[in-house]
Amino acid sequence: MTSSPIAPTFTTPRVRRASTQHEGRTASLLLSPTFLVLALVILYPLLSAVYQSLFSAQSGLDENGFVVEGESFVGLGNYLDIFAGSDSGRFYNALFNTSVFTFVSVALETVIGVCFAVMMNRAFRGRGFLRAAILVPWAIPTAVSGLLWRWMFQADGIVNSISGNQVLWTAEGFASQVAVITAEVWKTAPFIALLVLAGMQIIPEEVYEAAKLDGASAWRQFWSITLPLVRPALLVAVLFRLLDALRMFDLPFVLIGPRKSSVETLSILAWDSSNQLQYGTASAFSVILLIYVAVIAFVFIKLLGADVAGSGDERRQRKAAKAASKGAVR
Amino acid sequence: MSTVATQTETGGTASPSLNRGRSARRRALLVRIGGWFAIIVIGIYTLAPFYWMLVSSLRRTSDIFDNTLLPTTWSLQSYSNVFSGSSNFGQALLNSLIVATTTTVLALALGIFAAYAISRLKFRFKSSILAIIIATSMFPGISVVVPLLRLFSDIGWINTYQAMIVPSLSFAIPLAVWNLTTFLKQLPYDLEEAAMIDGASKWQAFRKILLPLAAPGVVTTAILTFIHSWNEFIIALSMVNDPAVQTATVAISKFTGASEFAAPYGEQMAAGVIVTIPLVIMVLFFQRRIVEGLTSGATK
Repeated sequence: MTSSPIAPTFTTPRVRRASTQHEGRTASLLLSPTFLVLALVILYPLLSAVYQSLFSAQSGLDENGFVVEGESFVGLGNYLDIFAGSDSGRFYNALFNTSVFTFVSVALETVIGVCFAVMMNRAFRGRGFLRAAILVPWAIPTAVSGLLWRWMFQADGIVNSISGNQVLWTAEGFASQVAVITAEVWKTAPFIALLVLAGMQIIPEEVYEAAKLDGASAWRQFWSITLPLVRPALLVAVLFRLLDALRMFDLPFVLIGPRKSSVETLSILAWDSSNQLQYGTASAFSVILLIYVAVIAFVFIKLLGADVAGSGDERRQRKAAKAASKGAVR
Repeated sequence: MSTVATQTETGGTASPSLNRGRSARRRALLVRIGGWFAIIVIGIYTLAPFYWMLVSSLRRTSDIFDNTLLPTTWSLQSYSNVFSGSSNFGQALLNSLIVATTTTVLALALGIFAAYAISRLKFRFKSSILAIIIATSMFPGISVVVPLLRLFSDIGWINTYQAMIVPSLSFAIPLAVWNLTTFLKQLPYDLEEAAMIDGASKWQAFRKILLPLAAPGVVTTAILTFIHSWNEFIIALSMVNDPAVQTATVAISKFTGASEFAAPYGEQMAAGVIVTIPLVIMVLFFQRRIVEGLTSGATK
């Protein structure tokens, strides 16, 4: 390991004592680059978005016909405009689309994902194949999957020819929403399946054996054993998917297109505003989306007890350590 | 376990246990059929759309609207059109590679130290720090893009690689830190401790003992981060409008192909296959590790 023989200068207790003093400093030294970058790419945008959302860009012609450009402080004016202004319909529509896409697709994904996980857990042969197959939709870039589904949902594409319909999936309307949700579910259900399967594989086989001896049906076993025991894994998976779906952008953008009211999400709306240099409004949209995301995360972590960081584990360990040290003192 | 049960059941001579033996055999058959059923259903669900992209890309432009399972005439016409057109697709692939690789390397370089601190050192607020890092990964991309777009246009970064790389770190760093922390926590501390007792410094213990042991975790994290950066769309779309700098995902979405009339579906599919193939190969090679990396957070 070490080429030059180094005399053991430290005895174990001295290492420990020295380390408790130094570790905090070392840790902050090691963590500071990460936090410096996160401050630039997360904290700064966050503060800047809140700040900019209080300003309104005024570019237009004044009464003398001169181009006026500048920003004026409007307080909560942008938010007021968004919620009650003349253009508020577009916001409510985007909010509605975002919510529907998120909750409908995550609900479908969860059902399909859990079904897949059960099937994969049962399949003994071909598990490697299934694992590879299930990673393919996950690995395909969302933009490419949008293109792919646009091709399949073409007026004379494969979907219409298999189902015998003549639906215009990629135009406006309900059909386009169905198309977006279909593509979204296809891409992300495997992700839930993977997480749930991982949760299933740590359930000891004895639990099922015991249930079988007690005469529990397969359905009953699933409902009373599998589902409660994979709940932690499932909660984390669903939370991740919800937060990801709330910021949905690429898929409707590529599959249907920007500025299509039936698939416009909050992210697309914010992007469109910033594209038209309406930074104030765009920032306000992104702040609203952020609050939406935070609320969902809060509900899942605080109310439903999704253990995202494995912090429950740590807390338990800390408690155990504390109890142990107390015991040692006594 | 179940085979033992079947043997003892079929070994019995009384008629009820014979019946049970038969039903157990039938159940075994059902399980096997169920297994094949699972493979077929999941395989079709996940692979059929991808297969359709592949097949469509191999048709001639003239029979792109065919719905046959295999191309009537195989052709690489779409592929040659992708690279010969005005779309600059080769350059876009190179741009994607540059942006994704740089993002991955930066995120790993920063992440490994942060993960070491979190998994190996004792300090206050550790769990809140990890929570903050995870929380940042839930930040919607658009909330990063809008303010940074403004900042970058002020400092003249629009149409540069760094304008895509820096915002990409907002999701790449949390991903890297979290994954690496999980991996490092699984590695035993004893070896490093032994080395330090033998007089190695913390840095030596980290570099010569922990890092080689953590190599599989680092590779997994690198793959996950690379795939995420390669697939990134909204940042690249917003920060760049010069075709010479744009990444492949954006180039594809703006693909108009060589000819201006008629949507160039064949070329889009070919471009899609080209962008996806490196990822699919990675997935096939590293599937076990990728699954481990993806699920490490959920199964604790």
